[in-house]
Amino acid sequence: MPLASYQTSVPVVVDDAKCIADKGCTVCVDVCPLDVLRISDMTNKAYMAYDECWYCMPCEADCPTGAVTVNIPYLLR
Amino acid sequence: MALDQIVDGLSEVSCDVLVIGGGTAGPMAALKAKLKNPKANVVLLEKANVKRSGAISMGMDGLNNAVIPGYATPEQYTKEITIANDGIVDQKAVYKYAQNCYGIIEELDSFGIRFLKNENGDYAVKKVHHIGTYVLPMPNGETVKKALYRQLRRARILISNRYMATRLLKSADGRIAGAISVNTRTAEMLVIKAKAVILCMGAAGRLGLPTSGYMFGTYENAANSGDGYSMAYHAGAALANLECYQINPLIKDYNGPACAYVAGPFGAFTANNEGSRFIECDYWSGQMMLEFYNELLSGKGPVFLQLKHLHPDTISEIESTLHKVERPTRGLFQQGRGVDYRNDSIEMHISEIGFCSGHSASGVFVDDNARTTVPGLYAAGDMASVPHNYMLGAFTNGAVAGIDAMEFADSHDFADFDAADVARERDRVMAPTRREDGIPPNQVEYKTRRLVNDYLQPPKVTRKYELGMRRLAEARQDMQEHMIARNAHELLRALEVQSIMDCADMAVHASLYREESRWGLYHWRTDFPEKDNEKWFCHTLLSKQNGRMTSEKRAVEPYVVPIADDEKDLYDKQRIRATA
Repeated sequence: MPLASYQTSVPVVVDDAKCIADKGCTVCVDVCPLDVLRISDMTNKAYMAYDECWYCMPCEADCPTGAVTVNIPYLLR
Repeated sequence: MALDQIVDGLSEVSCDVLVIGGGTAGPMAALKAKLKNPKANVVLLEKANVKRSGAISMGMDGLNNAVIPGYATPEQYTKEITIANDGIVDQKAVYKYAQNCYGIIEELDSFGIRFLKNENGDYAVKKVHHIGTYVLPMPNGETVKKALYRQLRRARILISNRYMATRLLKSADGRIAGAISVNTRTAEMLVIKAKAVILCMGAAGRLGLPTSGYMFGTYENAANSGDGYSMAYHAGAALANLECYQINPLIKDYNGPACAYVAGPFGAFTANNEGSRFIECDYWSGQMMLEFYNELLSGKGPVFLQLKHLHPDTISEIESTLHKVERPTRGLFQQGRGVDYRNDSIEMHISEIGFCSGHSASGVFVDDNARTTVPGLYAAGDMASVPHNYMLGAFTNGAVAGIDAMEFADSHDFADFDAADVARERDRVMAPTRREDGIPPNQVEYKTRRLVNDYLQPPKVTRKYELGMRRLAEARQDMQEHMIARNAHELLRALEVQSIMDCADMAVHASLYREESRWGLYHWRTDFPEKDNEKWFCHTLLSKQNGRMTSEKRAVEPYVVPIADDEKDLYDKQRIRATA
């Protein structure tokens, strides 16, 4: 069966200007309980790669530069 | 390298005690095991990262079951939990918890976790339960995980993050020999030989499907997919009273606690649409949930947590706790909805179903030493059968497990396992990665959990359960023959679906076996609507025997703390009576 991708707006937003993943930081990726964050090969910044969020907040709370924001996912706003 | 690319690999390590799960019970078990024998190797294996894993990822607002001298006695607590759990309790483990938990509170205090004290310096314990007083707020509850992590580092516990355990290994004579795990980012497999294994893998919280549209918008940390229940089952361990589901009263849509345990002691209460109280007590019991369910269906819903009648300073105090710990996005959610606790009540609903002894009684069967029915295998926390044990129970029973497991490891050598078991497990784990074409794990999971909601959610109807069983078998066949995983992250999800499917099957089997109604909404069978103490005043133990799911009765151990006849039904009287 062929697969199609499914569009979804993700709740975790990273401010590229503040993110220091390009300098080797991986804190948000390390702490996420659901392991949904990754560092982009293109921008070298953190982003939400999988929409499997529990909106729990370690990524935002532990980010050393305040680059990560957890929003309430759209469907339950 | 492409995202989460699959690497083919298999290695083997060994340790004295292996603790699986680094949330609440796990770190305490690992710590106590290591302190018991500092020369021994203790490995703490975690699917996520110990720094932020488990139910208390963002901390906890308080202890819900603190037995503190001067406020409550172990006898009183044991009695309360026995009544709240409809009598089906082996009191020895509950009593031992009640005796040990004060020592654990003092130990947590020494780790830097503070508990609320009054002006005299005594613990400021609050009343939420029906009879006794056991709730102790934690003013810096957001620091719990950090404090635990410091202790683990200091004790030199070996931590392996991002490894998901998939199966336990046993020797020919049935003793525990270790576990098989898989790296969640590379799919490399790791066999860990161990003399004793402690399972601290949390609730089965991804069983029912939340109505929000998000599969991971569960009440429990969504990483708690019931892997421990599934592993214990396949290792032949007995699981107790799985039909006693966990179902919680939560903030509608947000699906997190409202939270009456925090706000109740200040005067907040659960109200119906008329603003009236309808339950005597906000403590989460099956009987209370049944009244909640009845109220929602009666035309007097929605149900709310009401605190707008409180003084603004009190509301600010409650707000600062609720919006800081456990589920801190609660504040953001309420803000988005335009809900201000000063003017608005909090709309509530009933959660999806799950297994969790932390709030109810469904768990891997353990005795008062946290031993399962498999020699050398232990369980603690939300997945072990000590009822209503919450966070403090996870810490306290985790400590018991750690000490006993190290004693076991000190007196036993490694058990031998069959290499063919590892080869077979490797084939099972990797199968979804070897298919070119098929169904992705998220669709198998959605379908399974939708079936759980459609057929398994109480009230439990025999005919619905029989249909559910058939449909789940079809979904299982799809899972086994057609599920695909295109990278290591998808493989993690594919393995979790298999745990979820096992838990769904166990929920069906256990619920059909107990032919009575008990624990309020948790096990309300419409075909057997009455409590039947003559036939069913017993535990039910589910286990895998000769490859088949089997259930049997087990007598409740004689009580240590006697319960008078007129006390037995105190939790059945939850509904507020109309006064003339």
